[in-house]
Amino acid sequence: MQNILSFLILIPLLGSLAALLIRPTQTSLFRWLALIAVTLQLILFIVLVSNYEAGGGFQFVEQRSWISLDLGSWGTLKADYFLGVDGMSLPLIGLAIFVMLIACISSWNGVTNPKGYFSLYLLLNAAVVGSFAALDFLLFYVFFEFMLLPMFFLIGIWGGSRREYASIKFFLYTLLGSILILIVMIGLYLSVNDPSGSGGLVHTFNMLHMSDPSNYISNTILDPNNIVTLGPFSARSWAFLFLFFGFAIKLPMVPLHTWLPDAHVEASTPVSVILAALLLKIGAYGMLRIAYPIFPEAALDFSVMVAVFAVISILYGALTAMASKDLKRMIAYSSVSHMGFVLLGLASGTTEGVTGAVYQMVSHGILSAMLFIIAGVLYDRTGDRLIRNYSGLAGKMPYFFAMVLIAFFASMGMPAFSGFIGELMIFLGAFKSNAHNGLIHESLAIIATLGLIFGAAYFLWAIQRMFFGTYDVKGNARNSILPDLNNREILMLFPLAVVTFIFGVYPQPLLDLINPFATDFVNHLLYQGRILSPHL
Amino acid sequence: MSDLIGFIPLAPLLGFLFIGFLNKSLTKGWVSFFACGAVFVAFILSSVLFFNLLNAPEGQAAFTYTAFDWITTGNFSVSFSFLVDPLSATMMMIITGVGFLIHVYSVGYMYHDDGFRRFFMYLNLFIFFMLLLVMGSNYLLMFVGWEGVGLCSYLLIGFWFKNQDYNDAAKKAFIMNRIGDLGLILGVILIFVTFGSINYADVFSKAGEFPVGSEIITWITILLFVGAIGKSAQIPLYTWLPDAMAGPTPVSALIHAATMVTAGVYMIARNNVLYTLSPFTLEIVTVIGLATALFAATIAIAQNDIKKVLAYSTVSQLGLMFVALGLGAFTTGIFHMATHAFFKALLFLGAGSVIHGMSDEQDIRKMGGLRKYLPITFITFLVGTLAIAGIPPFAGFFSKDEILANAFAHSKVVYAVGAIASLLTSFYMFRLFFLTFSGENRASEEVKHHIHESPKSMTIPLMVLAVLSLIGGFMGVPEVLGGSHALNNFLSPVFAQSAQIAGEHHHLDHSTELILMGLIVGLTLVMIFIAYSIYVRRKSVPTSNEASLGAAHRLVYNKYYVDEAYNTVVVKPLYFLSKVFDSVVEKLLIDNIVNGTGKAITWGSKTLRLVQTGNTGFYILAMVISIIVLLVSRSFL
Repeated sequence: MQNILSFLILIPLLGSLAALLIRPTQTSLFRWLALIAVTLQLILFIVLVSNYEAGGGFQFVEQRSWISLDLGSWGTLKADYFLGVDGMSLPLIGLAIFVMLIACISSWNGVTNPKGYFSLYLLLNAAVVGSFAALDFLLFYVFFEFMLLPMFFLIGIWGGSRREYASIKFFLYTLLGSILILIVMIGLYLSVNDPSGSGGLVHTFNMLHMSDPSNYISNTILDPNNIVTLGPFSARSWAFLFLFFGFAIKLPMVPLHTWLPDAHVEASTPVSVILAALLLKIGAYGMLRIAYPIFPEAALDFSVMVAVFAVISILYGALTAMASKDLKRMIAYSSVSHMGFVLLGLASGTTEGVTGAVYQMVSHGILSAMLFIIAGVLYDRTGDRLIRNYSGLAGKMPYFFAMVLIAFFASMGMPAFSGFIGELMIFLGAFKSNAHNGLIHESLAIIATLGLIFGAAYFLWAIQRMFFGTYDVKGNARNSILPDLNNREILMLFPLAVVTFIFGVYPQPLLDLINPFATDFVNHLLYQGRILSPHL
Repeated sequence: MSDLIGFIPLAPLLGFLFIGFLNKSLTKGWVSFFACGAVFVAFILSSVLFFNLLNAPEGQAAFTYTAFDWITTGNFSVSFSFLVDPLSATMMMIITGVGFLIHVYSVGYMYHDDGFRRFFMYLNLFIFFMLLLVMGSNYLLMFVGWEGVGLCSYLLIGFWFKNQDYNDAAKKAFIMNRIGDLGLILGVILIFVTFGSINYADVFSKAGEFPVGSEIITWITILLFVGAIGKSAQIPLYTWLPDAMAGPTPVSALIHAATMVTAGVYMIARNNVLYTLSPFTLEIVTVIGLATALFAATIAIAQNDIKKVLAYSTVSQLGLMFVALGLGAFTTGIFHMATHAFFKALLFLGAGSVIHGMSDEQDIRKMGGLRKYLPITFITFLVGTLAIAGIPPFAGFFSKDEILANAFAHSKVVYAVGAIASLLTSFYMFRLFFLTFSGENRASEEVKHHIHESPKSMTIPLMVLAVLSLIGGFMGVPEVLGGSHALNNFLSPVFAQSAQIAGEHHHLDHSTELILMGLIVGLTLVMIFIAYSIYVRRKSVPTSNEASLGAAHRLVYNKYYVDEAYNTVVVKPLYFLSKVFDSVVEKLLIDNIVNGTGKAITWGSKTLRLVQTGNTGFYILAMVISIIVLLVSRSFL
């Protein structure tokens, strides 16, 4: 029971190694291996949830000494294998396993070189779960970087015609983000002391120690009690900005988002699903877990900037989606828009806003998975993603159309689906912020609501062009027959639809998990932020 | 008693799910049975509650039922619970009663359509959301219903999705409604920020602590009214409703006349306490309602599509309801909403029967003389027309008269404009009636050959609605005519608090009231006579040649070019902006910066590589220079 998180990470990791040992000719063995691994994870996750106590802080904590180097007068270098889950990471781990399962089903048929593919898939799985569970910055960073590698190859080898351009763009963008994060990590390492270390100076990567201002070694670069100023900002502000933009690339936030549409368009369906549903969440996760708690005063200082970027992402993403000719590209931009809401909730610094942000992360994970599978259903049949090449599919593929309606309307924020709850909470928070903590003005929330109108516009327009009218297919699709959903596709889409519906109608169980986290988060942010901030 | 409440919305929801999941395995007969049955069950249960409320002892004026705790986070707490008070009970009776009749009618109307099952699925889903809207005991549940009916409206307007014009209409309806919805949700959020709760009971009791004219309440009420403007098709968000006539006619009757479009009226009546606290917003409501009533009535005069005339008439009548609400006469607004639900549903269904009989012809210039062919439709349509024109003792007379009496007490200008709008109504309605039913038939021989009266499933609902349009007004007979206004008494607990805030209403004395009544009825008869002499005696038929129309006529015929203006001012710039973002900002600007950075680094590393010459002397020189630079910079810092 105590090592359950380790098992969640180890199972796919071992699976990945096992895949390397199987002969490549055993093609169907690899997918079974992957499926068994994810199923085991799912069972373990159910055990995890049923033993989790809502509101009990970090649980299932595992802490083992990982690296401990005595550096003499420079103190001790200490990094731990330190895992734990709280009300934010638990839902995200659940989301990760669920989406991985869907992605596995999605990769069931027709993958070339399944040995390499499923081995990378399992490695990615371990890295994603590990990132959500790590509480040591160095450990997090290792998992974080380990996601980059399999993703690069999954896009670059199994992708579409411009896959190399897309995968290198993806790699360089995220590498830039990683470097920004790395710089701050080293700065923090130099500045933070482990209070449990007996007497001597112990440099640590423990994130929880980093969030406590009393653990900073005096006169170090990030010491909050002795502000070092570099140019226009203090060193801590710089550090926050580095982390913020580092994670914002992953989120992705306009204008750091252009890797996303290219990566999505070139990636195969299951890779797109993982990319949108999980990898984008790591960006927001990093802000919630690292950037905000460690630099609360800088986070408060820059909340208007964060909110402005959020609003720009929401509107720009939605408007660009409206102009997209490619279905997958449209969905990719809708992700940019939807993740902007997460940022807005975060910037509000209210319990409602932060709860909504986490809720929206889970909801977007489910909905983006659904949307990309929908795009994949068509692409599998025709090899064509251009919206204008389809019309009148509603009559031809009625079950598919029903799923499209659910996914599209849920993404528009229709009540009774998960997206509505998340966005409502975020708007409540953003609206309340000015009166409650003075961080951001209501007008930003009001402008952001325009995103909901644009969102309705591009989704409805896509429905009208592709599904309504008389049946006709053109372009690459012209010679294809379009049968309705097969069982495997129903097996993917139906559970996703059910989950978004349940989270939309009965959100309380999930909110009960998230809410204690959000309360602590906001209390820490406002309390520590105000103490540390020189002018608030 | 309260336990029954949960079953009322549940019945149509189950109907929807049942038909949805069993889809192909159900015959049309079973589909009709389940769909109509579900609404009928809801109607019976609503009636039980309604009569219980009617006979309830003083002070026990509502039933509540909580299904489960819905959302709790931070200070935000809201439960999934229903409130049945006189206001929601009245709405529920209309929704399930008229809804049931329209379901029955649809069985005949849609019988030969391929999408028969889909149609009843959507219709049941609509009833479910509409019930949620009026039964929710908090703003969030109302909003869920509000969005849900918008979704059903979208699906049903575009029901015949092979026609892209219909889909345009559906999309337009949804997006225009969305604009209103944003106002509504912002209003709800502002209510939460202000009152710390979004339950009706908490909000209204706390609202008493605010002074009349408080700024925050004014903002709240304006934002909520934006929602009502969208949903109830008022200026400037009304253009979706005439286009929404693309949907099957029963949909126009149910959603776009009797129920959904009156959601805005319900919402303001529900929030009467807040609105009474904000006289400024009430003025806005009156002005918008009045402008819409007149504006839409003028457009209706020049339309030749039978459903378009009725659509503009609906917009105009909804405007009158808002006038009543704006004057603080909340009961009057609800009264007119109820009678309008009867006669407008009747008129739409009658129009459907005409269209059905005329092989899908909707142009009144090609009709005429249908009295002989469609006797039941003719009689019932006449009843509807008399009711909307306000001829006593038909339903519309009482409710419209009450609005005008309130207007007169408030301001002569409001009265005059309202009276003109209602006189125009009687003119265009009789123009429609005469062109359709009297004279000679102007259809082609082939169509003429097929004209037939509709089946019983269609004519029986027409007859029931005709009876309701005839007697519906008697629930609100004014004192001056010896009545006791039963509806007023029934609804009074809902409006008690705002009556207290507003203080004494000035009443007209009975003689003035009688004179006004006589005047308006007399002028209405004159209007009918004018219509008669133009369209029956002179047998004038509107021309199809637009060029021959006068400038004013052409302006009205083209609906004041509002659609074109919106297109130029809003839609096109938005698409242009999105194109600019996509092709200029995205592809030219950002991507070039990104790719440029990559190229610059490649170039930089190629250049820097050349520094590694392998010449030891050069390395030593570089080292010495670096050390000097370091030392110098150190001494400066």
